[in-house]
Amino acid sequence: MYKLILCWRYLQTRYIALASVISVTLGVATLIVVNSVMSGFTHEMQHRIHGILSDLVFDGHGLEGFSDSRWHMDRIRKIAGDDIEAMTPTVHVPAMLNYRVGQRWVHRQVNFIGIDAKTYAQVSDCSNYLQHPENRMEPSFQLREGGYDLHDRELGDESPYRHGMEMAGWPHRRRLATEEKAWLAAQKKNRPKLTIPERVGRSDPFSGIDTPLRAAESEAGVEQRWGPLSKSQVFDKATQQETGVIIGYALAQVLGHEGDHYFLVLPGDDVKLTFPTAGTPPKAVSGSFTVVDFYQSKMSEYDSAFVFAPIKKLQEMRGMIDPTTGIANVNSIQIKLREGADLEAVRDKLRAAFPPEIYAISTWRDKQGPLLAAVQMETAILNILLFLIIAVAGFGILAIFFMIVVEKTKDIGILKSLGASGAGVMAIFLSYGLLLGSVGSGAGLILGLLFVRHIDSVRKGVEWLSGQPVFDPSIYYFQQIPTLVDPRMIVWVIAGAMAIAVIASVLPALRAARLHPVEALRYE
Amino acid sequence: MSSSTSQATDDSTGQSALQTTENRHSEGGSHILNTWNADENSFQESFFQIAARGVHKKYHKGANEIPVLQGVDIEIREGEFLAIVGQSGCGKSTLLHLMGTLDRPDAGEIYLADNRIDNLPASARDRLRNETFGLIFQFYHLLPELNALGNVLLPLMIRHGFFGYLRNRRDFRKRAKALLDKVRLSHRLRHKPRELSGGEMQRTAIARALINQPRVLLADEPTGNLDRVAGQEIIEILRNLNASENLTIVMVTHDEKIAQQADRTVRLVEGRIE
Ligand SMILES: Nc1ncnc2c1ncn2[C@@H]1O[C@H](COP(=O)(O)OP(=O)(O)O)[C@@H](O)[C@H]1O
Ligand SMILES: [Mg+2]
Repeated sequence: MYKLILCWRYLQTRYIALASVISVTLGVATLIVVNSVMSGFTHEMQHRIHGILSDLVFDGHGLEGFSDSRWHMDRIRKIAGDDIEAMTPTVHVPAMLNYRVGQRWVHRQVNFIGIDAKTYAQVSDCSNYLQHPENRMEPSFQLREGGYDLHDRELGDESPYRHGMEMAGWPHRRRLATEEKAWLAAQKKNRPKLTIPERVGRSDPFSGIDTPLRAAESEAGVEQRWGPLSKSQVFDKATQQETGVIIGYALAQVLGHEGDHYFLVLPGDDVKLTFPTAGTPPKAVSGSFTVVDFYQSKMSEYDSAFVFAPIKKLQEMRGMIDPTTGIANVNSIQIKLREGADLEAVRDKLRAAFPPEIYAISTWRDKQGPLLAAVQMETAILNILLFLIIAVAGFGILAIFFMIVVEKTKDIGILKSLGASGAGVMAIFLSYGLLLGSVGSGAGLILGLLFVRHIDSVRKGVEWLSGQPVFDPSIYYFQQIPTLVDPRMIVWVIAGAMAIAVIASVLPALRAARLHPVEALRYE
Repeated sequence: MSSSTSQATDDSTGQSALQTTENRHSEGGSHILNTWNADENSFQESFFQIAARGVHKKYHKGANEIPVLQGVDIEIREGEFLAIVGQSGCGKSTLLHLMGTLDRPDAGEIYLADNRIDNLPASARDRLRNETFGLIFQFYHLLPELNALGNVLLPLMIRHGFFGYLRNRRDFRKRAKALLDKVRLSHRLRHKPRELSGGEMQRTAIARALINQPRVLLADEPTGNLDRVAGQEIIEILRNLNASENLTIVMVTHDEKIAQQADRTVRLVEGRIE
């Protein structure tokens, strides 16, 4: 009883000890905030990554791929049938995306993926990331009449305006066609004979294309360069499209100086893709495609690299179809498992069944391992650093407790002369440390949770104070700073802080317990 | 040693102790003690409440040894009010601390009734200090964080566990208030020590020493820091306690006038009782 009373009295009368607790409070609060934000980011990122990647990816090594996806899918289903919800074959190939901006050609290195739009949507949430509402319902490689999102769907009207998107789709394409026609007509008038620039080398399909507008190419020229037109002999740009492609948002978008989004390419524009064939050695082939939508997962790694096209077209152009049997090669099979299935277990089962020299089987986590591991490592390092802050606070407590023990030497002597045991005296200081620890970490908990809860108000406040954007949603793609409060993390942080406070009070408490009563009483 | 066995010894000696109180001012009383002293262990009956036998104590100051007590023999009967006088620095406090189990002698023994107490384990000595001895010091030694009532209740809190104290706290408070009333401090219950005068602090300390109904009161210069009037008041209280409750009191002082008011006075000179 006296332990509690004295401990409480010391807490009331020794404000300096409370000061030492402030660092515990701050440490706990920062730990909670940092962990919440980090796990919020991680969670959000995992969510996004998983939205793009299917649960399991069944890859064949090399560009050639493996033959007969149906046979493989049957086999996979036989091995892990219960756990499999959906599968889709894909073709992956590194490619060069080429499009024209003004007078210049822009080349981007991309990851060209041939998908079967219907089944691919079953294995991943990628259709959620398309910019046309109907494509989100049912992805398609047909150009839409219009109605593309003018703002980020998640961020709403506050988010940057997308200039040009109001025209995207067929209206944009028709305008292009009219402009080209007008230009051609003007050329014809000015110069009776249209000269097509000399082609310098056949291997480079774009060399020599330096005329101010693409329209400079006659339809015949297009045909010469890009192979026979598929749909009709006379390709009418205003009513016909090339094979559709969906390109990553970041491949097309640029930032205006006031933060609005402008586009180098819009749905309705034609782009050219160059990629290797499946033969040995691979040769480059090029094709013309019409952009039908953008793909925006908000993972810049993907948004600046992915280009989707119908798998059939890719297989055809790459020569992946066996001319005699008609069976096509694929590069990989994307597998979606049913809810709650053990990813690693299924992966290992498949790994056991398919020889690793031919197939690489990995989970989406394996694929993103380095990224997730980096984030995890960052969190771990931050945690260590912040715990060091609390440890420093622990040393503060240690010093102040020693001071208090020295100051209270006589009182300790009095307590012992009245029959208090060493353990009893020790308990006073230990519970004092515990009390300080709980006051400190309790305050830190409240502070941290309040901070996390109102993190956007805090951000706005800081932005208002500093006049600088702290967290630009258009950069981070999040409208709000994502946070996730994990109760286990809270328990660990609090327990750690308390433990440090108690450990720091052990030495002073031991010293108090060992004090000789007579010497303590004589102490002046 | 558990307190129950010591209680039992106390009860058995109670009768004989009462008889000796009749003539404790007479020469004969001290003569009995002296003969008993000379002839060790010949008497089975405990005439004494507390005794020191050949107690030695020295302090170490660096390489130097300071011999303070060099074979102290003393016996204090139950219900006696004994004053130990000696010059400042002669070891009076040291002796009192040894008797109150605050410290251990280098050689010699300390007895409480028939039981040796100087070699008891720490927990038993803690218990003795809490239940059997009441200590009063020159500088009062009250806890500054607690008010007068809290200070008086402190030994009870130490004695009883958390729940034991809570269960009986009404009784305890009543007891503490009664004691403070007895030392005429009922108007100062809620005052912190620094709001009390020296005499009031010492009276609080006496109330605290009495709260666990001790068998022996050990007072180390209880008037040493007080003016004559306040000091006299303290001595009156001690004499009253001794007379009305037959409480054994050992008082250490350097002041002859104060010492004279005790039943018996012994001198500590050069580490021995004269
Ligand atoms: N811890 C100690 N270390 C060294 N010397 C001490 C210590 N405590 C007491 N002394 C010495 O022992 C002697 C007796 O002290 P004390 O018992 O307090 O005397 P008194 O109470 O009679 O004035 C003094 O000379 C004092 O200086
Ligand atoms: Mg002294």
